[in-house]
Amino acid sequence: MTFFEVVFYAFSTLMVVAALGVVSARNPVHSVLFLVLTFFASSAIWLLLEAEFLAITLVLVYVGAVMVLFLFVVMMLDINVTRMREGLMRYAPFGIAIAILLIVQMVMVVGPEHFGLQAFPVPESHAADYSNTKELGRVLYTDYVYAFELASVILLVAIVAAITLTMRRRPNTRYQKPSAQMKVLKEDRLRIIKMKSETIEPENKQ
Amino acid sequence: MTMRTIKYYLKSFLFLELIKGLMVTGGYLFKRKITLQYPEQKTPISPRFRGLHAQRRYANGEERCIACKLCEAVCPALAITIDVEERDDGTRRTSKYDIDLFKCIYCGFCEEACPVDAIVETDVFEYHFENRGENIMTKDKLLAVGDKYEESIAANRAADAPYR
Amino acid sequence: MEWLFSLAPDFMVDFWNWLPQWIQVLAENLLYIVLIMVPLMLCVAYVTYAERKIIGYMQVRLGPNRVGPKGWLQPIADAIKLMFKEVIVPTNSNKFLFLFAPILTLGPALAAWAVIPFFEGVQLSNLNAGLLYILALTSMGVYGVIIAGWASNSKYAILGALRSAAQVVAYEIAMGFALVGVLMASGSLNLGDIIARQEGGFMSWFWLPLLPLLAVYFISGVAETNRAPFDVAEGESEIVAGFHVDYSGMAFAVFFLAEYANIILIAALTSLMFFGGWMSPFGSMADHALLGDGTHWFILKTMFFIYMFLWFRATFPRYRYDQIMRLGWKVFIPVTIVWLVVEAVMVVMQVGPWAVDTAASVAGA
Repeated sequence: MTFFEVVFYAFSTLMVVAALGVVSARNPVHSVLFLVLTFFASSAIWLLLEAEFLAITLVLVYVGAVMVLFLFVVMMLDINVTRMREGLMRYAPFGIAIAILLIVQMVMVVGPEHFGLQAFPVPESHAADYSNTKELGRVLYTDYVYAFELASVILLVAIVAAITLTMRRRPNTRYQKPSAQMKVLKEDRLRIIKMKSETIEPENKQ
Repeated sequence: MTMRTIKYYLKSFLFLELIKGLMVTGGYLFKRKITLQYPEQKTPISPRFRGLHAQRRYANGEERCIACKLCEAVCPALAITIDVEERDDGTRRTSKYDIDLFKCIYCGFCEEACPVDAIVETDVFEYHFENRGENIMTKDKLLAVGDKYEESIAANRAADAPYR
Repeated sequence: MEWLFSLAPDFMVDFWNWLPQWIQVLAENLLYIVLIMVPLMLCVAYVTYAERKIIGYMQVRLGPNRVGPKGWLQPIADAIKLMFKEVIVPTNSNKFLFLFAPILTLGPALAAWAVIPFFEGVQLSNLNAGLLYILALTSMGVYGVIIAGWASNSKYAILGALRSAAQVVAYEIAMGFALVGVLMASGSLNLGDIIARQEGGFMSWFWLPLLPLLAVYFISGVAETNRAPFDVAEGESEIVAGFHVDYSGMAFAVFFLAEYANIILIAALTSLMFFGGWMSPFGSMADHALLGDGTHWFILKTMFFIYMFLWFRATFPRYRYDQIMRLGWKVFIPVTIVWLVVEAVMVVMQVGPWAVDTAASVAGA
């Protein structure tokens, strides 16, 4: 067994276990953390495939930012587990049926006849100076530049839409404006005046 | 854009105020340090310092306290408890003189009130208790402290006398 | 490794060759990791000493000076004390996550050192996407904080965790953009290449063409490590100690180590990315032992930036939370974007100090 295989099996086992953990953990926070672990393991496997840019971007974007916010939301939730589990048995047959359907579909689509080992030759490893990042960038900004820019514009629109939908200004809420506070100068608030010192006149001086 | 806004942006983007602050602390880095290495070095103590309590004796060894209870009356923290008794030779003395050091606020009123300069506060401030109950300064303990530090107590009273 | 073989007796060499290949790879890498980690942990210990001493001096005090000559053994004494203290796990806390969180904070801070080049070719892993790797790992550190806050089952802790999470997410973007500037100037994500592109002495390092990005990067780095003046995640005056209120003993010590390991990391990265890493500031004297290129320059520069961290802490009062958010989202991100556009135009127009680098990188690609 080569080092490569050891790493591959270690991370793929980890990934499967973590993925099972996502759906089986009782505590939603645990589920999210298992999901993070799954992302991590899959990024390690991508690294083995020399897709370092994708692997690290997965960690950077999903683990580093998206899942943090997810964790945020899930921590804030107050989930009643027993309430959630009510009616589990009633819906179980339906759920199982859907799961079986999905599995059958997946086997048909990504089954061995399409994605088997013989369908894919072992990719030859690249030279040491091969940069996955550079290749990806070249493809993205030449062949697919139109789709790429379109996707980014759609994302931008989505961000703007999300903000406009959720932001509401309550007229009676008072809030501070840090930028206005920062712009205040000493001269606006404070006036230094020069005056003669006052002395109390002695009473008996007449 | 007014001059003022331009000035504001210049000032904040060049970190002028931050650099000014950094210079201040940077300058203090090289200043002479004023730390006192406490157990080895100590600050001078005024003769009026109010530390641990003591009871004094006259030169012939007789205790000064006559159990007038003025200190008990004046004590704002109610830290002093006194019981009075007639001694065999017919003099009025305390049979019990307790100061609870946890209650005491070291105001020095007891010392001011005392007509015979019996209860005094010494300049001893380094003391501690290791067991419950040790915070109560009994008469014996107070007298022992007085005996031990009589020299410095007398010197401090003498030094402060001109200002009283 | 060859010189080791020549030193070792024959039976050890035979034993080594008898081992399976993956164990050999593992053992070799572990050896290198230990070689990096041990001095690093020592540095972390002594950064805590330096911090107390320097801040003490700035406050006209002496700082620790009792344990050992001039207090040199203070960090060791602290470590021993913390090791012998009990680790208290709060009631109703999540025990596994509670104890796992400190490790999760320290791990990424140490793992990032895998790609740091100490000298030409002296690094654990010459990763092509080294810059991305570092970005990814620094963004991981926030998990430890969040999990610690959540697992402690304490309101103060969770408040600290939430503050820290929002802050790190905000400043990570500015930090990432600042590094995009670096990679545009150098045309590479490989840290070794980034340093190589800064060859030629003090004036040709990236700090000059990327001055605004340097400021943004370093300040974001301070924010990312939750250090003063951005330490609202701890915020003693408001939320006791923030996310690590409930930690004691070694679990707390690991958080402490992580904080200082992160400081060293950010300082090292700043010196790598904007100040030429192990390059000598006297470009023309490249062959001289002391004034020429060498690891000592890297260490010196890193030490300078660590000192800046401590200096900031001694000088600036803590930011108010809404102002932190304003600085991150409304100041730093626009500044970096503007400078990136400026830089992109300069690169395309082949103007100024950017021209040479990109020509090389385009040709190299």
